[in-house]
Amino acid sequence: MKAKFLVPLLLFFGLAGFLAFGLTLNPREVPSPLIDKPAPNFRLARLDQPEQTFALDEMRGQVWLLNVWASWCVACRQEHPLLVRMAEQKLVPVVGLNYKEVRGDGAISTRGMALEAETTMAIERARRWLSDHGNPYQLSVLDIDGRVGIDFGVYGVPETFLIDREGRIRYKHIGPITPESLKTQIMPKVEELRRAG
Amino acid sequence: MIPELGHFALILALVLSLVQAVVPLVGAHRNSSALMGVGRPAAQGQFFFILFSYVCLTWAFIQSDFSVQLAASNSHSATPLMYKITGVWGNHEGSLLLWAMSLSLWTVAVTVFSRHLPDAFLARVLGVLGWVSAGFISFTLVTSNPFERLLPAVADGRDLNPLLQDPGMIIHPPLLYMGYVGFSVAFAFAIAALLSGRLDAAWARWSRPWTTIAWVFLTAGIAVGSGWAYYELGWGGWWFWDPVENASFMPWLLGTALMHSLAVTEKRGAFRSWTVLLAIGAFSLSLLGTFLVRSGVITSVHAFATDPKRGLYILALLVIVIGFSLLLYAMRANKLMGGGSFGLVSRETSLLANNVLLTVASASVLLGTLYPLFLDALGLGKISVGPPYFEAVFVPLMTPVVVLMAFGPFLRWKDDDLLAEVRRVAPAFVASVAIGVGSAWAVDHLTWRTALGLSLAAWVVLASLQLLARRLGERAGASAGSRLRSITASWWGMWLAHFGIGIFIIGVTMVGSLDRHLDVKMKEGQHAELAGYTFVFRGAVDADGPNYDAARGNIELIRDGRSLGILTPEKRVYLAQGMPMTEASLDIGVFRDVYVSLGEQLEDGAWIVSLYYKPFISWIWMGCVLMGLGGVFAAADRRYRRLAARDAAAAVGGRAGAAA
Repeated sequence: MKAKFLVPLLLFFGLAGFLAFGLTLNPREVPSPLIDKPAPNFRLARLDQPEQTFALDEMRGQVWLLNVWASWCVACRQEHPLLVRMAEQKLVPVVGLNYKEVRGDGAISTRGMALEAETTMAIERARRWLSDHGNPYQLSVLDIDGRVGIDFGVYGVPETFLIDREGRIRYKHIGPITPESLKTQIMPKVEELRRAG
Repeated sequence: MIPELGHFALILALVLSLVQAVVPLVGAHRNSSALMGVGRPAAQGQFFFILFSYVCLTWAFIQSDFSVQLAASNSHSATPLMYKITGVWGNHEGSLLLWAMSLSLWTVAVTVFSRHLPDAFLARVLGVLGWVSAGFISFTLVTSNPFERLLPAVADGRDLNPLLQDPGMIIHPPLLYMGYVGFSVAFAFAIAALLSGRLDAAWARWSRPWTTIAWVFLTAGIAVGSGWAYYELGWGGWWFWDPVENASFMPWLLGTALMHSLAVTEKRGAFRSWTVLLAIGAFSLSLLGTFLVRSGVITSVHAFATDPKRGLYILALLVIVIGFSLLLYAMRANKLMGGGSFGLVSRETSLLANNVLLTVASASVLLGTLYPLFLDALGLGKISVGPPYFEAVFVPLMTPVVVLMAFGPFLRWKDDDLLAEVRRVAPAFVASVAIGVGSAWAVDHLTWRTALGLSLAAWVVLASLQLLARRLGERAGASAGSRLRSITASWWGMWLAHFGIGIFIIGVTMVGSLDRHLDVKMKEGQHAELAGYTFVFRGAVDADGPNYDAARGNIELIRDGRSLGILTPEKRVYLAQGMPMTEASLDIGVFRDVYVSLGEQLEDGAWIVSLYYKPFISWIWMGCVLMGLGGVFAAADRRYRRLAARDAAAAVGGRAGAAA
């Protein structure tokens, strides 16, 4: 067996090594340009008391999570029990950003629907969903038209933003939170920020 | 109950594939014809059970049995029957089952059409195919069970991805898989030859028709996929260098090299090492393509829901299959050296250059596809590699391939006189450059790219015609009919496929240089102009379908004051997933397509309309049809059947001799 005949095999093993490493990476995880930048401020109607609004500034001084969700989002159902457990253990305050509750749902056409009607429908749907699945949120706000979502660069639901005491985004988690990502990524960062502050 | 039967049948198929993988190989090793004989019934039984399993899954879709998870996520009670059936493979689990089924179909074809092969060789081929099959069926069963139940069942399904609800998608995946998986036969022949140590020309001759047929399927599959992308995605592109397209294109490139290398090995006994490596390579790239699509290491519009466990399993499969093959190659390669010698100027040399160039082209596509992964793995950041890279690399690599492709067939085997041959084709070459530059100027697009493309196309066409004339002139004095008949089917196959590439290049060049595009806002009665055509918007109406709502635009196409008819692009919203889709409308012609798609409706009631003028785009498909037809001719050559009969007679004679 001459050494040169082993070249194809070695090349292939090199390639396989990269592929194996590639499996541990997530190509969809695009670094957010907002990391370490002040979170875009917003003032939106609260889901529990729609006549009142909530602004991002109100969380100043706390390390907290902004979780983007919607009742039509299937993957949200996957992470929801974990959020509920987190709330029971009071790990970290979570504010829900209910994103395009009605117009994001493909089964409903909003063509010609007035904004008030859409809002009423959104409130009803979102509340029902939370009463069915449990409400892990300190509070939720309604992003009916998705404009705040755009400011945050949301391109899929669920997404979760970790925001520090000064209102800066420190981490962005794309897709459902898993027990593992909570343990290895999110909570260590939360602890670190709490200590830093 | 039926899904459980299907699941059980799949398990039985796995058991049979393991029998097929082990027993014939042991038999070949011990020279026991009883054990070797097990391969054939095991392969056929395995096919029966996979087919049964597949039918059960299809049944769940047709019956809208939404207690089956796969049907619930990929079908809907209102989905048209056709798309319920095709929805079976419009997802990860079902497409794996289709993969396994086509592998099994190929294996059965081998058991039926390769009766003339020596028993030990056939036993080894079936054994190798059995291993591959066991790998894929177990992958399906362990990580991706298509019969998973969803209890309690949902009221209605999520429907098939609307992009896949299209006639093109009915045939694209089966064709593509038949091509992908078909290279497993060439692969199994090569491995069987390595295992037996019998690496003479016979092995090359046996695997040639199989390779060619697999290549025809792959060519057709890629062409149909490209056609689908062209009219379904709604913006008139036909090739995107998307990772999944590349995954099918890489085996195509190596498979093309393999077909040519096999010709040299069969005729001259040379290039055996090349041929074995290409056979391993073409199939390895098919597997790699499956890995890329299924594992999610690369983002792509084609990627199905991904799961790291699946990626790991298929990577392990990849490492075992390819690693073992290349190790075997390394151990046996010294036996592959030698073969017929040849001069510097000969048909062999031109085919060697063809091998090298196509391999490099395939490697460069691989590099471009995996480059984002390499950088990410090395922590150098996230990038995406787009069409500019591929075009920059591809044009310089393919230009010499095309020049050689038309010139090579003029050369004789072993040795030839370069000057004499060059002198012979020089007029055609000069004429091609003149035609290319002249026509680029005539269509008012004198860029080097257009001139190069058209010159290459003219060169292929002219040289092909000259080659035909020379071939017909070889038997002076014979009647025209007998001269035509004296040409073999495989020669016609070569000629047609090469000619098809010329046609293909014309299409690619013209549509790349001269297409026109315009996005306009249109209200009823308004008109727009593009490339000499007038488009009059005659309003939009509701045109709801069984599982979607739609608005249909009516756009009258007018040329020189004469109406060419009404184009009816649609904007659809598929209800189950709420997914908007554009359904383009085309006026197809030999020299141009006119292509209209409907965009959003604005608040003032006007519509955004995209208008495209696509010159010569049909020539791309015509070129592919000619290439595929060439492959069919080549595979149908009578020679293979004659030689098969001889081999069979020899095998029987040998057996009789041994018995005596």
